[in-house]
Amino acid sequence: MATTQYLFAGFGGQGILFSGKLLAYKGLIDGMNVSWLPSYGPEMRGGTASCGVVISDKEVASPIVVTPDVLIAMNLPSLDRYESAVRPGGMIFVDSTLVERKVERTDVQVFYVPATKIASDHNIPKMANIILMGKVLAETNGFENEQAVVDALKKVVSAKHADMLDVNLNAMKIGRDYQEG
Amino acid sequence: MADKVLMKGNEAIAEAAILAGCRHYFGYPITPQTEVAAYMAKRMPKIGGTFLQAESEIAAINMVYGVASTGKRVMTSSSSPGISLKGEGLSYLAGADLPALVVNVQRGGPGLGGIQPSQSDYFQATKGGAHGDFHMIVLAPDSVQEMAELTVRGFELADQYRMTAMILADGTMGQMMEPVSLDFKFRDPVEKPWAVTGTGMKREHNIINSLYLKPDLLEKTNFDRFERYKVIEENEVLYEEYKMEDAEICVAAFGIAARVAKNAIDQAREQGVKVGLIRPITLWPFPTKAFAAAAEKVGHFLSVELSMGQMIEDVRLAVNGKAPVSLCNRTGGMIPLPEQVLDAILSIHNGGAK
Repeated sequence: MATTQYLFAGFGGQGILFSGKLLAYKGLIDGMNVSWLPSYGPEMRGGTASCGVVISDKEVASPIVVTPDVLIAMNLPSLDRYESAVRPGGMIFVDSTLVERKVERTDVQVFYVPATKIASDHNIPKMANIILMGKVLAETNGFENEQAVVDALKKVVSAKHADMLDVNLNAMKIGRDYQEG
Repeated sequence: MADKVLMKGNEAIAEAAILAGCRHYFGYPITPQTEVAAYMAKRMPKIGGTFLQAESEIAAINMVYGVASTGKRVMTSSSSPGISLKGEGLSYLAGADLPALVVNVQRGGPGLGGIQPSQSDYFQATKGGAHGDFHMIVLAPDSVQEMAELTVRGFELADQYRMTAMILADGTMGQMMEPVSLDFKFRDPVEKPWAVTGTGMKREHNIINSLYLKPDLLEKTNFDRFERYKVIEENEVLYEEYKMEDAEICVAAFGIAARVAKNAIDQAREQGVKVGLIRPITLWPFPTKAFAAAAEKVGHFLSVELSMGQMIEDVRLAVNGKAPVSLCNRTGGMIPLPEQVLDAILSIHNGGAK
Protein backbone atom coordinates (compact mmCIF):
# COMPACT_ATOMS: atom_id res chain seq x y z
CA MET A 1 0.00 0.00 0.00
CA ALA A 2 1.41 3.33 -1.02
CA THR A 3 -1.49 5.78 -0.93
CA THR A 4 -5.17 4.97 -0.40
CA GLN A 5 -7.87 7.56 -0.86
CA TYR A 6 -11.23 7.13 0.86
CA LEU A 7 -14.39 9.11 0.24
CA PHE A 8 -17.23 8.99 2.78
CA ALA A 9 -20.54 10.48 1.68
CA GLY A 10 -24.11 10.57 2.96
CA PHE A 11 -26.65 12.75 4.75
CA GLY A 12 -25.63 15.18 7.46
CA GLY A 13 -26.22 13.43 10.79
CA GLN A 14 -25.24 9.93 9.63
CA GLY A 15 -21.80 10.24 11.16
CA ILE A 16 -19.98 10.61 7.86
CA LEU A 17 -17.34 12.95 9.25
CA PHE A 18 -17.00 10.77 12.36
CA SER A 19 -16.30 7.66 10.25
CA GLY A 20 -13.65 9.52 8.30
CA LYS A 21 -12.04 10.80 11.47
CA LEU A 22 -11.99 7.28 12.91
CA LEU A 23 -10.21 5.98 9.83
CA ALA A 24 -7.74 8.87 9.88
CA TYR A 25 -6.89 8.17 13.52
CA LYS A 26 -6.46 4.49 12.75
CA GLY A 27 -4.01 5.45 10.01
CA LEU A 28 -2.13 7.76 12.37
CA ILE A 29 -1.87 5.02 15.01
CA ASP A 30 -0.64 2.61 12.31
CA GLY A 31 2.22 5.07 11.72
CA MET A 32 0.96 6.34 8.38
CA ASN A 33 0.63 9.88 7.03
CA VAL A 34 -3.00 10.96 6.92
CA SER A 35 -5.26 13.85 5.96
CA TRP A 36 -9.00 14.39 6.51
CA LEU A 37 -10.85 17.04 4.56
CA PRO A 38 -14.60 17.60 5.03
CA SER A 39 -17.11 19.34 2.87
CA TYR A 40 -18.13 22.44 4.79
CA GLY A 41 -20.80 25.07 4.69
CA PRO A 42 -24.59 25.10 4.57
CA GLU A 43 -24.87 21.75 2.76
CA MET A 44 -23.89 20.05 6.02
CA ARG A 45 -27.00 21.20 7.80
CA GLY A 46 -29.43 18.47 6.82
CA GLY A 47 -28.05 18.16 3.32
CA THR A 48 -25.20 16.05 2.06
CA ALA A 49 -21.99 15.56 3.99
CA SER A 50 -18.75 14.14 2.71
CA CYS A 51 -15.15 13.84 3.71
CA GLY A 52 -12.04 12.62 1.98
CA VAL A 53 -9.36 10.70 3.87
CA VAL A 54 -5.93 10.03 2.44
CA ILE A 55 -3.70 7.42 4.09
CA SER A 56 -0.18 7.05 2.75
CA ASP A 57 3.24 5.72 3.63
CA LYS A 58 4.61 8.87 1.94
CA GLU A 59 3.91 12.51 2.67
CA VAL A 60 0.28 13.24 1.68
CA ALA A 61 0.40 15.68 -1.23
CA SER A 62 -3.10 16.83 -2.13
CA PRO A 63 -5.71 16.12 0.59
CA ILE A 64 -8.48 16.53 -1.97
CA VAL A 65 -9.94 13.15 -2.91
CA VAL A 66 -10.95 13.22 -6.57
CA THR A 67 -10.66 9.55 -7.61
CA PRO A 68 -11.25 7.52 -4.45
CA ASP A 69 -9.89 4.00 -4.12
CA VAL A 70 -12.68 3.34 -1.65
CA LEU A 71 -16.12 4.97 -1.70
CA ILE A 72 -18.47 4.63 1.27
CA ALA A 73 -21.92 5.74 0.09
CA MET A 74 -24.57 6.01 2.78
CA ASN A 75 -27.35 7.42 0.60
CA LEU A 76 -28.50 7.39 -3.00
CA PRO A 77 -27.42 10.93 -3.96
CA SER A 78 -23.88 10.07 -2.82
CA LEU A 79 -23.74 6.93 -4.94
CA ASP A 80 -25.22 8.80 -7.92
CA ARG A 81 -22.66 11.55 -7.54
CA TYR A 82 -19.48 9.61 -6.84
CA GLU A 83 -19.90 6.16 -8.42
CA SER A 84 -18.21 7.19 -11.65
CA ALA A 85 -15.30 8.80 -9.78
CA VAL A 86 -14.03 5.60 -8.15
CA ARG A 87 -10.71 4.32 -9.46
CA PRO A 88 -11.07 1.21 -11.64
CA GLY A 89 -10.31 -1.77 -9.41
CA GLY A 90 -11.45 0.21 -6.38
CA MET A 91 -14.14 -0.61 -3.82
CA ILE A 92 -17.63 0.73 -3.18
CA PHE A 93 -19.42 0.14 0.14
CA VAL A 94 -23.14 0.86 0.10
CA ASP A 95 -25.64 1.11 2.92
CA SER A 96 -28.17 -1.02 1.07
CA THR A 97 -31.00 -0.15 3.45
CA LEU A 98 -30.95 3.41 2.13
CA VAL A 99 -29.65 2.83 -1.39
CA GLU A 100 -32.09 0.66 -3.29
CA ARG A 101 -30.30 0.50 -6.62
CA LYS A 102 -27.27 -1.60 -7.47
CA VAL A 103 -23.88 -0.22 -8.45
CA GLU A 104 -23.62 -0.07 -12.25
CA ARG A 105 -19.85 -0.19 -12.47
CA THR A 106 -18.42 -3.64 -13.23
CA ASP A 107 -14.76 -2.73 -12.76
CA VAL A 108 -14.97 -2.23 -8.99
CA GLN A 109 -15.59 -4.47 -5.98
CA VAL A 110 -18.97 -3.76 -4.41
CA PHE A 111 -20.16 -4.53 -0.88
CA TYR A 112 -23.80 -4.12 0.02
CA VAL A 113 -24.37 -3.85 3.77
CA PRO A 114 -27.87 -3.06 5.07
CA ALA A 115 -26.21 -1.11 7.85
CA THR A 116 -29.20 1.01 8.84
CA LYS A 117 -31.43 -2.08 9.14
CA ILE A 118 -28.79 -4.01 11.09
CA ALA A 119 -28.44 -1.08 13.47
CA SER A 120 -32.15 -0.95 14.03
CA ASP A 121 -32.40 -4.78 14.45
CA HIS A 122 -29.72 -4.63 17.14
CA ASN A 123 -31.40 -1.63 18.74
CA ILE A 124 -28.32 0.52 18.22
CA PRO A 125 -29.74 3.32 16.05
CA LYS A 126 -27.20 5.86 14.79
CA MET A 127 -24.55 3.14 14.60
CA ALA A 128 -25.07 2.37 10.89
CA ASN A 129 -21.91 4.31 10.01
CA ILE A 130 -19.82 2.26 12.45
CA ILE A 131 -21.34 -1.03 11.25
CA LEU A 132 -20.43 -0.08 7.69
CA MET A 133 -16.99 0.99 8.89
CA GLY A 134 -16.50 -2.47 10.39
CA LYS A 135 -17.10 -3.97 6.96
CA VAL A 136 -14.77 -1.44 5.30
CA LEU A 137 -11.96 -2.28 7.73
CA ALA A 138 -12.62 -6.03 7.36
CA GLU A 139 -12.27 -5.83 3.57
CA THR A 140 -9.20 -3.57 3.61
CA ASN A 141 -7.17 -5.60 6.13
CA GLY A 142 -7.98 -2.98 8.74
CA PHE A 143 -8.34 -5.54 11.51
CA GLU A 144 -4.80 -6.87 11.13
CA ASN A 145 -3.99 -4.39 13.86
CA GLU A 146 -7.16 -4.72 15.92
CA GLN A 147 -5.73 -2.77 18.84
CA ALA A 148 -5.33 0.22 16.51
CA VAL A 149 -9.06 0.08 15.76
CA VAL A 150 -9.85 0.15 19.49
CA ASP A 151 -7.35 2.93 20.12
CA ALA A 152 -8.70 4.98 17.20
CA LEU A 153 -12.23 4.65 18.58
CA LYS A 154 -11.01 5.84 21.95
CA LYS A 155 -9.60 8.93 20.23
CA VAL A 156 -12.76 9.87 18.38
CA VAL A 157 -15.44 8.95 20.95
CA SER A 158 -15.36 12.07 23.10
CA ALA A 159 -14.80 11.79 26.84
CA LYS A 160 -18.34 13.03 27.35
CA HIS A 161 -19.67 9.94 25.59
CA ALA A 162 -17.13 7.44 26.92
CA ASP A 163 -20.01 5.13 27.79
CA MET A 164 -20.61 4.79 24.03
CA LEU A 165 -17.22 3.16 23.43
CA ASP A 166 -18.48 -0.41 23.93
CA VAL A 167 -21.53 0.28 21.77
CA ASN A 168 -19.23 1.49 19.00
CA LEU A 169 -16.91 -1.51 19.37
CA ASN A 170 -19.84 -3.88 19.27
CA ALA A 171 -21.26 -2.18 16.15
CA MET A 172 -17.85 -2.39 14.52
CA LYS A 173 -17.69 -6.14 15.14
CA ILE A 174 -21.21 -6.67 13.80
CA GLY A 175 -20.14 -4.95 10.60
CA ARG A 176 -16.88 -6.88 10.46
CA ASP A 177 -18.68 -10.22 10.71
CA TYR A 178 -21.52 -9.38 8.30
CA GLN A 179 -21.68 -11.59 5.22
CA GLU A 180 -24.00 -10.94 2.31
CA GLY A 181 -26.43 -13.85 2.21
CA MET B 1 4.05 9.53 15.95
CA ALA B 2 2.56 8.95 19.36
CA ASP B 3 2.94 12.62 20.24
CA LYS B 4 0.87 13.74 17.26
CA VAL B 5 -2.82 14.56 17.42
CA LEU B 6 -5.32 15.12 14.65
CA MET B 7 -6.45 18.74 14.56
CA LYS B 8 -8.22 21.01 12.15
CA GLY B 9 -6.00 23.75 10.77
CA ASN B 10 -8.13 26.41 12.43
CA GLU B 11 -7.82 24.68 15.81
CA ALA B 12 -4.08 24.25 15.34
CA ILE B 13 -3.72 28.00 14.85
CA ALA B 14 -5.68 28.69 18.01
CA GLU B 15 -3.79 26.20 20.18
CA ALA B 16 -0.42 27.31 18.80
CA ALA B 17 -1.31 30.93 19.58
CA ILE B 18 -2.12 30.00 23.16
CA LEU B 19 1.15 28.07 23.47
CA ALA B 20 2.95 31.14 22.09
CA GLY B 21 1.58 33.13 25.01
CA CYS B 22 -1.32 34.88 23.29
CA ARG B 23 -3.98 35.54 25.91
CA HIS B 24 -6.10 38.05 23.99
CA TYR B 25 -8.30 37.13 21.05
CA PHE B 26 -10.87 39.40 19.41
CA GLY B 27 -12.95 38.28 16.48
CA TYR B 28 -16.22 38.07 14.67
CA PRO B 29 -17.53 34.79 13.19
CA ILE B 30 -17.20 34.05 9.49
CA THR B 31 -16.89 30.80 7.53
CA PRO B 32 -14.42 29.14 6.99
CA GLN B 33 -12.40 30.35 10.01
CA THR B 34 -15.00 30.12 12.75
CA GLU B 35 -13.25 27.24 14.54
CA VAL B 36 -10.43 29.62 15.51
CA ALA B 37 -12.88 31.74 17.47
CA ALA B 38 -14.78 28.71 18.78
CA TYR B 39 -11.56 27.17 20.11
CA MET B 40 -10.53 30.44 21.74
CA ALA B 41 -13.97 30.84 23.30
CA LYS B 42 -13.57 27.46 24.94
CA ARG B 43 -9.93 27.75 26.04
CA MET B 44 -9.28 31.40 26.92
CA PRO B 45 -11.55 31.59 29.98
CA LYS B 46 -9.85 28.50 31.43
CA ILE B 47 -6.35 29.98 31.24
CA GLY B 48 -7.10 33.49 32.39
CA GLY B 49 -7.16 34.90 28.88
CA THR B 50 -9.62 37.11 27.06
CA PHE B 51 -11.90 35.88 24.34
CA LEU B 52 -14.19 38.57 23.03
CA GLN B 53 -16.64 38.34 20.18
CA ALA B 54 -16.72 41.93 19.06
CA GLU B 55 -19.71 43.70 17.51
CA SER B 56 -17.89 43.80 14.18
CA GLU B 57 -14.57 43.08 12.49
CA ILE B 58 -13.69 46.76 12.73
CA ALA B 59 -14.19 46.72 16.48
CA ALA B 60 -12.13 43.55 16.79
CA ILE B 61 -9.08 44.90 14.95
CA ASN B 62 -9.16 48.08 17.06
CA MET B 63 -9.25 45.98 20.22
CA VAL B 64 -6.17 44.27 18.82
CA TYR B 65 -4.59 47.73 18.45
CA GLY B 66 -5.35 48.43 22.07
CA VAL B 67 -3.80 45.26 23.48
CA ALA B 68 -0.83 45.46 21.08
CA SER B 69 -0.10 48.93 22.50
CA THR B 70 0.50 47.34 25.89
CA GLY B 71 3.03 44.92 24.41
CA LYS B 72 0.94 41.79 25.00
CA ARG B 73 0.60 39.14 22.30
CA VAL B 74 -2.78 39.54 20.62
CA MET B 75 -4.55 38.23 17.57
CA THR B 76 -7.67 38.28 15.46
CA SER B 77 -8.84 36.02 12.68
CA SER B 78 -11.33 36.30 9.88
CA SER B 79 -11.98 35.38 6.28
CA SER B 80 -11.73 37.50 3.16
CA PRO B 81 -14.65 39.98 3.44
CA GLY B 82 -13.93 40.32 7.16
CA ILE B 83 -10.27 41.08 6.47
CA SER B 84 -11.32 43.90 4.14
CA LEU B 85 -13.26 45.40 7.04
CA LYS B 86 -10.13 45.19 9.18
CA GLY B 87 -8.14 47.07 6.56
CA GLU B 88 -8.22 50.42 8.30
CA GLY B 89 -6.98 48.83 11.51
CA LEU B 90 -4.17 47.05 9.69
CA SER B 91 -2.94 50.38 8.35
CA TYR B 92 -3.12 51.97 11.82
CA LEU B 93 -1.19 49.05 13.33
CA ALA B 94 1.50 49.59 10.71
CA GLY B 95 1.53 53.36 11.27
CA ALA B 96 1.93 52.87 15.01
CA ASP B 97 4.52 50.07 14.58
CA LEU B 98 2.52 47.61 16.65
CA PRO B 99 3.04 43.82 16.60
CA ALA B 100 -0.03 41.66 16.07
CA LEU B 101 -1.08 38.42 14.43
CA VAL B 102 -3.93 38.45 11.93
CA VAL B 103 -5.26 35.26 10.34
CA ASN B 104 -7.04 35.23 6.97
CA VAL B 105 -8.62 31.88 6.08
CA GLN B 106 -9.49 32.91 2.55
CA ARG B 107 -12.73 32.28 0.69
CA GLY B 108 -13.81 33.15 -2.84
CA GLY B 109 -14.46 36.79 -3.75
CA PRO B 110 -14.85 39.63 -4.58
CA GLY B 111 -17.72 41.01 -2.53
CA LEU B 112 -19.46 38.63 -0.19
CA GLY B 113 -18.29 35.95 -2.63
CA GLY B 114 -18.64 32.36 -1.48
CA ILE B 115 -17.35 30.23 1.37
CA GLN B 116 -15.16 27.77 -0.52
CA PRO B 117 -11.34 28.01 -0.55
CA SER B 118 -9.50 30.74 -2.43
CA GLN B 119 -6.16 32.51 -2.68
CA SER B 120 -7.50 35.67 -4.23
CA ASP B 121 -6.49 37.93 -1.33
CA TYR B 122 -2.81 37.61 -2.31
CA PHE B 123 -2.60 41.18 -3.61
CA GLN B 124 -4.39 42.52 -0.53
CA ALA B 125 -2.09 40.64 1.85
CA THR B 126 1.27 41.18 0.16
CA LYS B 127 0.91 44.68 -1.22
CA GLY B 128 -0.12 46.30 2.04
CA GLY B 129 -3.82 45.61 2.43
CA ALA B 130 -4.89 49.17 3.12
CA HIS B 131 -3.85 52.80 2.66
CA GLY B 132 -0.32 54.07 3.11
CA ASP B 133 3.20 52.76 2.57
CA PHE B 134 3.43 49.54 4.53
CA HIS B 135 3.86 45.78 4.47
CA MET B 136 2.79 42.90 6.61
CA ILE B 137 4.84 39.73 7.01
CA VAL B 138 2.69 37.19 5.16
CA LEU B 139 3.01 33.51 6.01
CA ALA B 140 1.38 30.86 3.83
CA PRO B 141 1.03 27.42 5.46
CA ASP B 142 0.46 24.32 3.33
CA SER B 143 -0.29 21.85 6.14
CA VAL B 144 -1.90 21.78 9.55
CA GLN B 145 1.59 21.44 11.04
CA GLU B 146 2.61 24.69 9.35
CA MET B 147 -0.62 26.37 10.43
CA ALA B 148 0.62 25.78 13.98
CA GLU B 149 4.32 26.49 13.43
CA LEU B 150 3.80 29.65 11.40
CA THR B 151 1.43 30.98 14.03
CA VAL B 152 4.26 30.78 16.56
CA ARG B 153 6.72 32.22 14.04
CA GLY B 154 4.25 34.97 13.20
CA PHE B 155 4.04 36.17 16.79
CA GLU B 156 7.83 36.10 17.08
CA LEU B 157 8.44 38.00 13.84
CA ALA B 158 5.72 40.51 14.71
CA ASP B 159 7.40 41.24 18.05
CA GLN B 160 10.89 41.37 16.58
CA TYR B 161 10.01 43.82 13.80
CA ARG B 162 7.08 45.63 15.47
CA MET B 163 4.59 44.93 12.71
CA THR B 164 1.64 42.77 11.78
CA ALA B 165 2.22 39.20 10.71
CA MET B 166 -0.57 37.65 8.69
CA ILE B 167 -1.30 33.95 8.27
CA LEU B 168 -2.70 33.68 4.74
CA ALA B 169 -4.49 30.34 4.67
CA ASP B 170 -7.58 29.16 2.82
CA GLY B 171 -10.72 27.13 3.50
CA THR B 172 -9.07 23.74 2.97
CA MET B 173 -6.20 24.56 5.33
CA GLY B 174 -8.67 25.74 7.96
CA GLN B 175 -11.06 22.80 7.70
CA MET B 176 -8.59 19.99 7.05
CA MET B 177 -7.39 17.68 9.82
CA GLU B 178 -3.85 16.33 9.82
CA PRO B 179 -1.51 15.02 12.49
CA VAL B 180 0.18 17.88 14.27
CA SER B 181 2.92 18.06 16.85
CA LEU B 182 2.68 21.05 19.16
CA ASP B 183 6.23 20.73 20.43
CA PHE B 184 7.67 24.10 19.42
CA LYS B 185 11.05 25.70 19.86
CA PHE B 186 10.29 29.23 21.02
CA ARG B 187 12.60 32.17 20.47
CA ASP B 188 13.47 34.32 23.48
CA PRO B 189 10.88 37.03 24.07
CA VAL B 190 11.70 40.49 22.77
CA GLU B 191 11.89 43.50 25.11
CA LYS B 192 9.16 46.08 24.42
CA PRO B 193 10.32 49.33 25.99
CA TRP B 194 7.87 51.23 23.78
CA ALA B 195 4.77 49.61 25.30
CA VAL B 196 2.25 51.69 27.23
CA THR B 197 2.28 49.91 30.56
CA GLY B 198 2.32 52.78 33.04
CA THR B 199 5.39 54.89 33.74
CA GLY B 200 5.54 54.12 37.45
CA MET B 201 6.72 57.75 37.59
CA LYS B 202 10.11 56.41 36.50
CA ARG B 203 10.20 57.18 32.79
CA GLU B 204 8.74 59.47 30.14
CA HIS B 205 5.33 58.63 28.71
CA ASN B 206 5.29 56.24 25.79
CA ILE B 207 2.98 57.39 23.02
CA ILE B 208 1.36 55.04 20.50
CA ASN B 209 0.13 57.03 17.53
CA SER B 210 0.01 57.00 13.74
CA LEU B 211 -0.73 60.73 13.21
CA TYR B 212 2.13 62.84 11.84
CA LEU B 213 0.95 66.20 10.53
CA LYS B 214 4.46 67.32 9.58
CA PRO B 215 5.21 65.67 6.23
CA ASP B 216 8.98 65.61 6.76
CA LEU B 217 8.48 63.71 10.01
CA LEU B 218 5.99 61.32 8.39
CA GLU B 219 8.41 60.76 5.54
CA LYS B 220 11.13 59.88 8.05
CA THR B 221 8.92 57.31 9.80
CA ASN B 222 8.26 55.71 6.42
CA PHE B 223 11.94 55.73 5.46
CA ASP B 224 12.85 54.19 8.83
CA ARG B 225 10.13 51.56 8.53
CA PHE B 226 11.32 50.56 5.08
CA GLU B 227 14.88 50.19 6.39
CA ARG B 228 13.42 47.61 8.76
CA TYR B 229 11.60 45.97 5.83
CA LYS B 230 14.94 45.61 4.04
CA VAL B 231 16.31 43.62 6.99
CA ILE B 232 13.26 41.37 6.84
CA GLU B 233 13.64 40.85 3.10
CA GLU B 234 17.26 39.89 3.72
CA ASN B 235 16.75 37.57 6.70
CA GLU B 236 13.25 36.20 6.94
CA VAL B 237 12.46 34.67 3.54
CA LEU B 238 11.10 31.12 3.80
CA TYR B 239 10.41 28.73 0.94
CA GLU B 240 10.50 25.04 0.08
CA GLU B 241 12.07 23.53 -3.02
CA TYR B 242 10.65 20.21 -4.26
CA LYS B 243 12.45 18.17 -6.92
CA MET B 244 14.19 21.29 -8.26
CA GLU B 245 17.68 19.71 -8.56
CA ASP B 246 17.37 18.86 -12.26
CA ALA B 247 14.12 20.68 -13.07
CA GLU B 248 13.54 22.17 -16.51
CA ILE B 249 10.08 23.42 -15.59
CA CYS B 250 9.42 25.18 -12.28
CA VAL B 251 5.98 25.30 -10.72
CA ALA B 252 5.31 28.19 -8.32
CA ALA B 253 2.54 27.56 -5.82
CA PHE B 254 1.72 28.14 -2.15
CA GLY B 255 -0.74 26.67 0.33
CA ILE B 256 -3.25 24.15 -0.99
CA ALA B 257 -2.19 24.85 -4.59
CA ALA B 258 1.30 23.57 -3.74
CA ARG B 259 -0.15 20.35 -2.32
CA VAL B 260 -2.11 19.76 -5.53
CA ALA B 261 0.93 20.69 -7.62
CA LYS B 262 3.07 18.07 -5.84
CA ASN B 263 0.68 15.35 -7.06
CA ALA B 264 0.94 16.68 -10.61
CA ILE B 265 4.73 16.96 -10.39
CA ASP B 266 5.04 13.34 -9.21
CA GLN B 267 2.83 12.20 -12.10
CA ALA B 268 4.79 14.27 -14.64
CA ARG B 269 8.08 12.85 -13.29
CA GLU B 270 6.71 9.32 -13.87
CA GLN B 271 6.37 10.36 -17.51
CA GLY B 272 9.95 11.56 -17.57
CA VAL B 273 9.24 15.29 -17.39
CA LYS B 274 11.77 17.14 -15.26
CA VAL B 275 9.61 19.47 -13.21
CA GLY B 276 9.97 20.86 -9.70
CA LEU B 277 8.31 23.26 -7.32
CA ILE B 278 9.27 26.40 -5.46
CA ARG B 279 6.76 26.93 -2.69
CA PRO B 280 6.93 30.36 -1.08
CA ILE B 281 6.22 30.06 2.66
CA THR B 282 6.66 33.79 3.19
CA LEU B 283 4.67 35.61 0.50
CA TRP B 284 6.07 38.86 1.84
CA PRO B 285 9.01 38.90 1.84
CA PHE B 286 8.76 36.98 -1.44
CA PRO B 287 11.51 34.44 -2.24
CA THR B 288 12.69 36.57 -5.15
CA LYS B 289 16.26 35.26 -5.04
CA ALA B 290 15.13 31.63 -5.20
CA PHE B 291 13.11 32.31 -8.34
CA ALA B 292 15.87 34.43 -9.86
CA ALA B 293 18.36 31.60 -9.28
CA ALA B 294 15.95 29.07 -10.77
CA ALA B 295 15.51 31.30 -13.83
CA GLU B 296 19.18 30.67 -14.64
CA LYS B 297 18.46 26.94 -15.12
CA VAL B 298 14.77 26.54 -15.80
CA GLY B 299 13.15 27.06 -19.21
CA HIS B 300 9.59 27.80 -18.12
CA PHE B 301 7.67 28.74 -14.97
CA LEU B 302 4.09 27.79 -14.15
CA SER B 303 2.22 29.65 -11.41
CA VAL B 304 -0.60 27.53 -9.94
CA GLU B 305 -3.12 29.62 -8.03
CA LEU B 306 -6.66 29.70 -6.68
CA SER B 307 -7.15 33.16 -8.16
CA MET B 308 -7.13 34.91 -11.51
CA GLY B 309 -3.34 35.06 -11.23
CA GLN B 310 -1.90 37.29 -8.50
CA MET B 311 1.33 35.73 -7.27
CA ILE B 312 2.30 35.30 -10.92
CA GLU B 313 3.20 39.01 -10.96
CA ASP B 314 5.82 38.49 -8.24
CA VAL B 315 7.14 35.42 -10.01
CA ARG B 316 7.49 37.45 -13.23
CA LEU B 317 9.30 40.25 -11.39
CA ALA B 318 11.70 37.73 -9.87
CA VAL B 319 12.27 35.86 -13.14
CA ASN B 320 12.80 39.22 -14.81
CA GLY B 321 12.12 38.14 -18.37
CA LYS B 322 14.60 35.25 -18.37
CA ALA B 323 11.87 32.65 -18.95
CA PRO B 324 8.16 32.63 -19.76
CA VAL B 325 5.76 32.42 -16.80
CA SER B 326 2.40 30.74 -17.44
CA LEU B 327 -0.69 30.47 -15.26
CA CYS B 328 -2.74 27.44 -14.23
CA ASN B 329 -5.68 28.48 -12.11
CA ARG B 330 -9.20 28.06 -10.79
CA THR B 331 -10.99 30.71 -8.80
CA GLY B 332 -14.20 31.60 -6.97
CA GLY B 333 -13.87 28.67 -4.56
CA MET B 334 -12.81 26.06 -7.12
CA ILE B 335 -9.52 24.17 -6.77
CA PRO B 336 -7.37 23.02 -9.70
CA LEU B 337 -7.26 19.22 -10.00
CA PRO B 338 -3.87 17.53 -10.21
CA GLU B 339 -4.85 16.52 -13.77
CA GLN B 340 -5.31 20.17 -14.77
CA VAL B 341 -1.87 21.04 -13.40
CA LEU B 342 -0.38 17.96 -15.06
CA ASP B 343 -1.91 18.98 -18.40
CA ALA B 344 -0.42 22.46 -18.04
CA ILE B 345 3.01 20.97 -17.26
CA LEU B 346 2.82 18.56 -20.19
CA SER B 347 1.72 21.25 -22.57
CA ILE B 348 4.73 23.37 -21.58
CA HIS B 349 6.96 20.32 -21.94
CA ASN B 350 5.58 19.42 -25.37
CA GLY B 351 5.81 23.05 -26.45
CA GLY B 352 9.56 22.68 -25.98
CA ALA B 353 10.79 24.02 -22.67
CA LYS B 354 14.50 24.87 -22.79
